[in-house]
Amino acid sequence: MTTAELRSDHLLPPAWKPSQEVGWWAMALVCMSEAALFAYFLVGYFYLGVENPAWPPAGIEKPKLELPLIMTALLVSSSIVLIIAEKQREHGKRALYRVGTTLTVLLGFAFLTLQATEYLEKLRSMGPTEHAYASLFYTITGFHGAHVAFGLLLLVYTLLRDAFGRIDPERPIVVKVSSLYWHFVDAVWLVILASLYISPRLT
Amino acid sequence: MGLATDHLESAPATIERLTRLWPPPRSILAWLATVDHKKLGKRYIITAFVFFALGGVEAAVMRAQLARPDGQLLSPEAYNQLFTMHGVTMMFLFVQPVLSGFSFYLTPLMIGARELAFPRLNSFSYYVFLLAGLFIYASFLIGTAPNAGWFSYTPLASSRFNSGPNIDFYALGLLFLGISTTAGAINTIVSILKLRAPGMSIDRMPLLLWSSLTMAVSVVFAMPALSAALVFLELERHWHFVFFETRFGGSPLLWQHLFWVFGHPWVYIVFLPATGMLSMVIPTFSRRPIVGHTFVALATMITGLVGFGVWVHHMFATGLPQLSMSFFGAASITISIPSAVQIFAWLATMYYGRVVFKTAMLFAVGFIAQFVIGGISGVMSAAVPFDWQITDTYFIVAHIHYVLAGGTLFGVFAGIYYWYPKMFGRLLDERVGKLSFWLMFIGFNVGFFPMHVSGMLGMTRRVYTYASSPGLNAANLISTMGAYLFAVGIVVTLWNVVRSRIAGEVAGPNPWGAGTLEWLAESPPEDYNFASMPVVSGRDPLWTNAVSPGPAYDEARLTPRTSTLDADLETAVELPHDNYWAVATSVTLLVAFGALLVRWYWVFGLALAATLLGSARWMWPLQSKVAETEV
Repeated sequence: MTTAELRSDHLLPPAWKPSQEVGWWAMALVCMSEAALFAYFLVGYFYLGVENPAWPPAGIEKPKLELPLIMTALLVSSSIVLIIAEKQREHGKRALYRVGTTLTVLLGFAFLTLQATEYLEKLRSMGPTEHAYASLFYTITGFHGAHVAFGLLLLVYTLLRDAFGRIDPERPIVVKVSSLYWHFVDAVWLVILASLYISPRLT
Repeated sequence: MGLATDHLESAPATIERLTRLWPPPRSILAWLATVDHKKLGKRYIITAFVFFALGGVEAAVMRAQLARPDGQLLSPEAYNQLFTMHGVTMMFLFVQPVLSGFSFYLTPLMIGARELAFPRLNSFSYYVFLLAGLFIYASFLIGTAPNAGWFSYTPLASSRFNSGPNIDFYALGLLFLGISTTAGAINTIVSILKLRAPGMSIDRMPLLLWSSLTMAVSVVFAMPALSAALVFLELERHWHFVFFETRFGGSPLLWQHLFWVFGHPWVYIVFLPATGMLSMVIPTFSRRPIVGHTFVALATMITGLVGFGVWVHHMFATGLPQLSMSFFGAASITISIPSAVQIFAWLATMYYGRVVFKTAMLFAVGFIAQFVIGGISGVMSAAVPFDWQITDTYFIVAHIHYVLAGGTLFGVFAGIYYWYPKMFGRLLDERVGKLSFWLMFIGFNVGFFPMHVSGMLGMTRRVYTYASSPGLNAANLISTMGAYLFAVGIVVTLWNVVRSRIAGEVAGPNPWGAGTLEWLAESPPEDYNFASMPVVSGRDPLWTNAVSPGPAYDEARLTPRTSTLDADLETAVELPHDNYWAVATSVTLLVAFGALLVRWYWVFGLALAATLLGSARWMWPLQSKVAETEV
C-alpha cells in the first residue's frame, strides 16, 4: 500500500485549500490563544498605566523610536519576502523558495540582534526590577522575542523538511503553518510597537 | 470505494484489514505510547478520579477539624495548605480533566470518526496533565503545599508574605498544566469542526458537542489570562520583577483582574460540559428528542460568551467604582437567562416525554434541583449590597459547591452511569447505583445547605476554626455529618464501577436505546470505532433512521474530513500510529518546570531544547510514508 495510491481522485478535492487542513486550524487556534496572552499582558500594561500618575513613571524616559522602527521594517519585510517565497514554491521554483525563506530567517535574526542591542542600552538606565513599568516592558518585549525565536526555529524546521524531501508536494501543510505563525508574530509586534513605543508619545 | 452496499458485502476482509491497522499494544511501552482516544479518555477519567479522591480526603480532614468549635486537629498552616490543595485539586486536577476525559472518549464516537484530529497531541496532553498533577502534589512531600487559596491573591502569595516554595509549586504547576488544557481544547475544537461524519451539519450535532466546543473555545481565550497572571507572579517571586507591589507602581488588583478574567470563564468551562451530558441523558431517558435543541445550543454558547464579562463580581468588596459594579452585577444576573433556557428545555423534555428513572436519570434530576439552588444563590450574590454581606463567608462556599458538586459532579455521575456500558461493555448495577444516588443526594444537601446559614451568620471561609456559638456549632456539625454521608455515597459508586467490570450485565451496543452515533459502535468499541464510516442525515440519527454505512476507509488508518458547517466530505485524514515522542516531550517539559522551581537554569535550558527537538522528531514524517509521494 503506498500513500500515493491513497491519494487517488476520490479522496482529494480538486484544489488544495490549506484552510481545510486540520493542522492549519490548529495553528490558527494556537495563534488566537497566543494573541490572547499578549492581550492580557497589554491589559496589565494599560491598567497600571491608568493607575499610575505618569506612564512611563517620572525618572524613566519614553522609549526611543529609531531602533524599534528599523526592527519593524525588518519584520514586515520578512513577512513580505516569505509570502513571495511561498508563491515561488507554488510555481515549482523550490530553489527560490529556499532562498526566500532563508532571507526571512536572516531578517528575523537581525530583528533579535537589534532587540538585544536595545536591551543592552536600556538596561544601563532602567533595570527590570525598578518599577512595574520596566517589568512590563521587559516581560512583554521579552516574550515577543521568544516568540520570534520560536518562529525562526519553525522556519528552519520547515527548510530542513524541504531539504530532506519530507514535504508532501500536493499538500505542503508545514509550509503554510509555519508561515502563518510567522505572520502572526509580526502582527503581534505591530501591536506592541503601537502600545509600548508609540502610545507614550501621544499623551 | 462506492456505495454502502459494496462495503457491506466485503465486510470480513475490511474487518481483517482494520484489525491489522489498529493492532493491540504488545508491550508496556506500547501501552504507554498509545494514541487511542478511548484508552486516553479512560486514563484521563481514572487519573482525574484519583486526584478527586485526594481532594476528597483533604475536604474530609477539614470537615473533621470544623466539626466542633476550637478544633485542634490541624494547625492554621496545615489548614491553609489543605483548603488550597482541595480547591486546586478539584478545580484544575479533577473537574476539568474528568470532563475532558469524557470529551476525548466520546467526541470521535459521537461525530462518527475514528480518532481525534491530533491523536499524538492527545497523548501528550494526557501525560502533561498527569505530570503537572504530580508536580503540584510533590509539594506535600516537603510539607510546602500551596497555601494561599486556589486563587492565590497577592500580596499574600507574594514572596514578602510567602517566602517558601509553596506558591512556586502552584504557579509553575498551573503554567505546566495550562499547556495540557490548551492543547486538549485545540484538539477538541478541530475534531468537532473538521472530523464530523459526512452529513452531520453543525445543526445536527449532538448537544454535548456544543458544550464541549464552547468549553474548548473558552479555554483558548481564558487560559492565557491565568498564564499571564502566573508569569507575572513567578517573575515577581523569582526575579524580583514588580507587578503587584504598590510601592513600585504595581497593583495587587491586577492579579485579581487577570485571575478572574480567567476564573469566571473557567467556572463555565467546568460546568457547561456537564450540562451537555444532561442534554444527552435526559432525552434518552425521557424517550424523546430534546425540546428546543437550537435554543439549548445557543444558550450554551451565550453562557460561555457572557462568562467573559462577569469577572468583577468576584471583586465587589475591593472598592471598585460604583458604575463598574452595577454593570458587572447586571451582567452576572443576565447569565441566569441562558441557564434557565437550558433548565426549562430539560424540564419540558421530561414533561413531554415518558421518563424512565434509571440511575443516570436520577443523577440528572438531582443536578437540576441542586443547580437551581446554586443558581439562585448566585443571582443573590450578584446583587452588590448582598454580596458585601456574604462575601468570603460560607455562603459562597455553599454556592460554589451547589454549582460544581451539586451540579457538575452529579452530571459527571450521570455520565458515568450512562456511558460506562459503552466504555466497558457492561452495565453498572442499578440497585447499587440508586443507593449511591440517594446517599450522595441526601449527604450533599445535609452537608452543604447549612453552609448558607453559617455564612449568613458570619462564619468566614478559609479560617481554620471558629469560636463556640449556638448557631455555628450545630450548622458545622451537621455539615460534617452530611459531607461524610456524601463521601460514602461516592464510594458506593466507585465500588459499583469496579465490581461491574466483572459482574455487570453485558450491555450490547445500545443498552439505553439512545439516538446518537456513539451507540452505533460496539460496547466497548473496536479500536477503529466503526468498520464503515457512518453517513448522517438528521439529528439523533439512530432514532430517526438517519444514518447509513459509508465507505470503510480501510486502505490505511483513515478518517473522513468534512467541511466546517455543512459537513460535506472533503477528503480523508491519515491518522498517526502510536508514538513515543509525545510522551518523551511531556517528560522533558516536566524536567524544565522542575528546573525552574529549583532555579537550575541551565537544566531548564537543556530540557527546553530537548522538548523542542523531541517535538520536531515527533512531527517529522517517516521516510516510508512520504518518500512515495515525492514525485
